[in-house]
Amino acid sequence: MTTGIGARIERKEDRRLLTGQAKFVGDIKLPRQWEAAFVRSPVAHGRIRAIRKPEGMADRVFTAADLSDIHPIRAESSLPTYNASDQYPLAKDKVRFVGECVALCIAPTRAEAEDLAEQVEIEIDPLPPVIDALKAREADAPLLHEEWGNNLFLTTFFDGDIETLRKTAPVVVEREYSTARQCMNPMEGKGTLAHWDEKAGQLVVYTSTQVPHLIRTGISECLGLDQGQVRVIAPDVGGGFGYKCVLQPEELSVSWVARKTGRPIRWTEDRREHLVAGANTRQHHYKLTAFADERGRLLGLDAEITVDVGAYSVWPFTACLEAAQAGGNLPGPYDFGTYRCHTFSVATNKPAFTPYRGVARPGVCFAMELTIDAIARAVGREPSEVRKENLVPAGKMPFTNVTKKFYDSGDYPESVAQVERHIGLAGFRARQQKARAEGRFLGIGFSTFTEQSAHGTKVFAAWGLPLVPGYEQAMVKITPSGSVEVRSGNHSFGQGLETTLAQVASEWLTVDTSRINVTMGDTGVTPYSTGAYASRGMVMAGGAVSKAAEVLAGRVKTHAAHLLQCTPDDIRLADGKAWFGNAHVGFEDIARAWYLRPDQLPDDVETAGLEVTEGYKPAIDTGVFTYATHGAIVEVDPDTGMVSIEDYYIFEDCGRRVNPMILEGQAFGGATQGIGTALFEEVLYDANGQPLTSTLADYVLPGPAELPHFRLGHAETLSPYTRHGIKGVGEGAAIAPGGAIVNAINDALTPFGIEINAIPATPEKVLGAILRAGTLREASG
Amino acid sequence: MKPSPFEISCPGSLDAAHKALHENPRGTRIISGGQSLGPMLNLRLARPSRLVDVTGLSGLAEIRQTDSHVEIGAAVTHARIEDGEVPDPIPGMLRHVAAGIAYRAVRNRGTIGGSLCHADPAADWVTAMTALGATLLVRDGSGGAREIPMSGFMLGAYRTSMAEDEILTTVRVPRHSDRARWGYYKICRKVGEFADAIAGFVADPESRVCRVVFGSTGGAPLVSTELAQQIATTGAVPPLDTVKTVLRDSGLTLSDVKIHQLAIAHSRAVTEALSDA
Ligand SMILES: Cc1cc2nc3c(=O)[nH]c(=O)nc-3n(C[C@H](O)[C@H](O)[C@H](O)COP(=O)(O)OP(=O)(O)OC[C@H]3O[C@@H](n4cnc5c(N)ncnc54)[C@H](O)[C@@H]3O)c2cc1C
Repeated sequence: MTTGIGARIERKEDRRLLTGQAKFVGDIKLPRQWEAAFVRSPVAHGRIRAIRKPEGMADRVFTAADLSDIHPIRAESSLPTYNASDQYPLAKDKVRFVGECVALCIAPTRAEAEDLAEQVEIEIDPLPPVIDALKAREADAPLLHEEWGNNLFLTTFFDGDIETLRKTAPVVVEREYSTARQCMNPMEGKGTLAHWDEKAGQLVVYTSTQVPHLIRTGISECLGLDQGQVRVIAPDVGGGFGYKCVLQPEELSVSWVARKTGRPIRWTEDRREHLVAGANTRQHHYKLTAFADERGRLLGLDAEITVDVGAYSVWPFTACLEAAQAGGNLPGPYDFGTYRCHTFSVATNKPAFTPYRGVARPGVCFAMELTIDAIARAVGREPSEVRKENLVPAGKMPFTNVTKKFYDSGDYPESVAQVERHIGLAGFRARQQKARAEGRFLGIGFSTFTEQSAHGTKVFAAWGLPLVPGYEQAMVKITPSGSVEVRSGNHSFGQGLETTLAQVASEWLTVDTSRINVTMGDTGVTPYSTGAYASRGMVMAGGAVSKAAEVLAGRVKTHAAHLLQCTPDDIRLADGKAWFGNAHVGFEDIARAWYLRPDQLPDDVETAGLEVTEGYKPAIDTGVFTYATHGAIVEVDPDTGMVSIEDYYIFEDCGRRVNPMILEGQAFGGATQGIGTALFEEVLYDANGQPLTSTLADYVLPGPAELPHFRLGHAETLSPYTRHGIKGVGEGAAIAPGGAIVNAINDALTPFGIEINAIPATPEKVLGAILRAGTLREASG
Repeated sequence: MKPSPFEISCPGSLDAAHKALHENPRGTRIISGGQSLGPMLNLRLARPSRLVDVTGLSGLAEIRQTDSHVEIGAAVTHARIEDGEVPDPIPGMLRHVAAGIAYRAVRNRGTIGGSLCHADPAADWVTAMTALGATLLVRDGSGGAREIPMSGFMLGAYRTSMAEDEILTTVRVPRHSDRARWGYYKICRKVGEFADAIAGFVADPESRVCRVVFGSTGGAPLVSTELAQQIATTGAVPPLDTVKTVLRDSGLTLSDVKIHQLAIAHSRAVTEALSDA
């Protein structure tokens, strides 16, 4: 069996992950290491009057005053209306959210560090908090960053001739939608262990990150060190989802203290810190007006999007990536001509917004897909028919949409048709009627999206980011014993990249993946990469490994030709051997000749050797678009408001599937997170900005019993623009569940004449809406 | 999330446990399975300087049966009850309730006594034991013992009528006749989480017992004699509106959604109890 591209092989990393042999930051123990605990702000908004360290603890407790030589995290952007923020790793002058770090305490153990943290006294003059992003836009709202004169990180405007449509469109549908603030909840939270390595003259930082090379840049800039003085090592990372793709304030303060004290210092985020200070994603509000013809054909869309960004702008992705993506991606897979969109990225007294798996698209997909169903109801047609008619037809590919997104390939309407077929739309309406007669409320919902993956240099540059990804590099090498080493500066934290990159190398070199070792995440030994985000890992790192492996395969052939007395063109690689007709030499023979017995090779041998580093960028810079349709059948219990998912079908097209099993795992995991977004997860605040969901008893994640048995189908439309036709897929499945499930809920609730337009659709929300509808009916009847 | 420093002692006898409690009643807490106290310690919401572990006390892990009662030691775990180690005071109810608490990992350590003493309004045993008319045996520091009926045990959220120096030793559950029926229904957002609404119903024609209890009301379980009487006389499930009126008039602060969920839990519990008659 070959282990190249397309092979359904088990993951190389799973043995250590599943048997407790993996090495996370929390598993590393260095001599003289101490632990850190943070004193965090107890109030949402306030001015720091005093911080008092306990007696005799000046060298164990650190505040902004101690870290006076550190540069704040400041993500600049070239976008016109942008306001930048300064985030000090330990709050200086003001605190802007509950959970913001105020002081760092060190002790031999975490418990002792927490004992110490309790004794630190902080005096804060409270200021009125800004909790509601819509109110924060108002003129008299309290200000987070006074110097701006408002609470707006960014506003954007995309103009279109909506006014004409308003006069002429036969069907107008107006809605407001909202999505809750969420925490990403990777199994492993953040964690950082820093120490000064005197021999290397380097600050060595083990940190749980998706982007080690970026963090190296961030740490060196904020700490004023040359990049050569910083080495960042991301060991095993227990989930990222975007939470770990930005420079973390804790990475800076821990590094500073480690350097100052000369002691290895470690901090491990606990779940409570995560649920309070990591409540940083997903919260959007939409005001949409859609214009359509009598058949529900979309003519135009007028949108106002408000993103509740929180207090600071994260580095390097800024506070604007979310709204930029939301505004740009709202039209999604649909083909229509007129679009107008205002976006507001609003500062509130909450943790700093960080892009989460799907970045903005779970929100836009939810808003757009509910709107499509609302239009269908308005014109009295089956929503999936209306959906199919509005999607970009296959015949128009490649297609540039209203926001200038370049859709490279695919058949979007067919993905809906596939889900219709597999989930059984044809027989469903009759079944639904019958169930209603028995007092049971079933509903069906669909949701289609495109996922821009591996967007390149120009896309990021257009978003105004301070740091723009370019080429991706990888190194592939044959060891003296004929096995293969792959090095990539990207990182794997659950996506299985260790396996899939080995498969790509195996595709060219034909060596079994069990003999291919993949090293990632250590800036000391891997080529530069901006890291793993934006579903770019497989496309970019995969492409780079592919290119390097291809060049290396050529070199192998050259050496093999010497040994087999033929020309390189005569050589064929198979089963980890070089063949000339029926004669062959193994990789071990070739490697031995090159490394140990070069006397066997001719004098004019090519000296470049069996180690190749190559850079890669896809043929286009605009990203390659994966797409999918999700379909759900739900039953709503109108007495309890509980929603159960009876069936869930996903049809997706992500180009070449490097490892189908890993892809399925990504789909199941992503859809599970999407179900959390749709039905369960919600960070709640009281009027003072105090989080009410600071334990997992209050912040409800879906568990195995709440999940459906996902079913999955695939098309493989290869991207014409990437190596092997690969498209990114890591984020996709998290995008659509909100739309599919809530469309299904609303379909089920049609007899009540109500719609749910906010997620999560908790029993309380659903039942509340049903009860209010009942009261209304009683009152009007 | 590490607790503040504490010592822990594991006495072998009630007297030794009481002695430990007596030395510093304010700073000492009893710990049983630690499934409620543990999180409170880690969140530093509870900060005792000493813990007294009662799981090793003689008799506390025992299960006995008399002619009239089943007696469950306070330190008997939910898992043991789930697995059927406790004789049935009424066929199947204890196993059903135990199996619905949290996850197996929590049930392996969490105990019936700990659950009752913790007095979480949304917990299961406080409601189920009220429906079953159980009494609690407690011992004080001077060796005195008293019985507290469930109806007078829980005073409010996390408040009971036990004194600081009292230890719960035994839960006494009356044995019901073969003709007894029960229903227990809870509405949970997620398997293993605390319920949003609980209703318990127990009726025994032989002993002329009929009890209706609501749990997860934000305070002590709510007992409705009015509904119980109505069911006893009509043998039918009361209409939803009647139940809602009872809940609305209960004096508790309950949202419309909560009232509806409690009323639905009630009718499902009673329907279940009456349907297999
Ligand atoms: C994730 C999770 C989910 C849960 N879900 C549910 C659920 O669905 N339903 C439910 O009912 N419960 C649930 N629980 C709570 C669980 O049932 C606990 O086991 C129970 O509440 C406490 O029992 P314990 O033995 O662990 O008590 P501990 O935590 O040890 O003690 C609890 C309290 O009781 C006191 N105490 C304990 N024993 C005695 C005694 N003999 N005499 C006097 N005082 C005593 C302690 O001092 C403490 O104040 C859940 C818990 C968790 C962690």
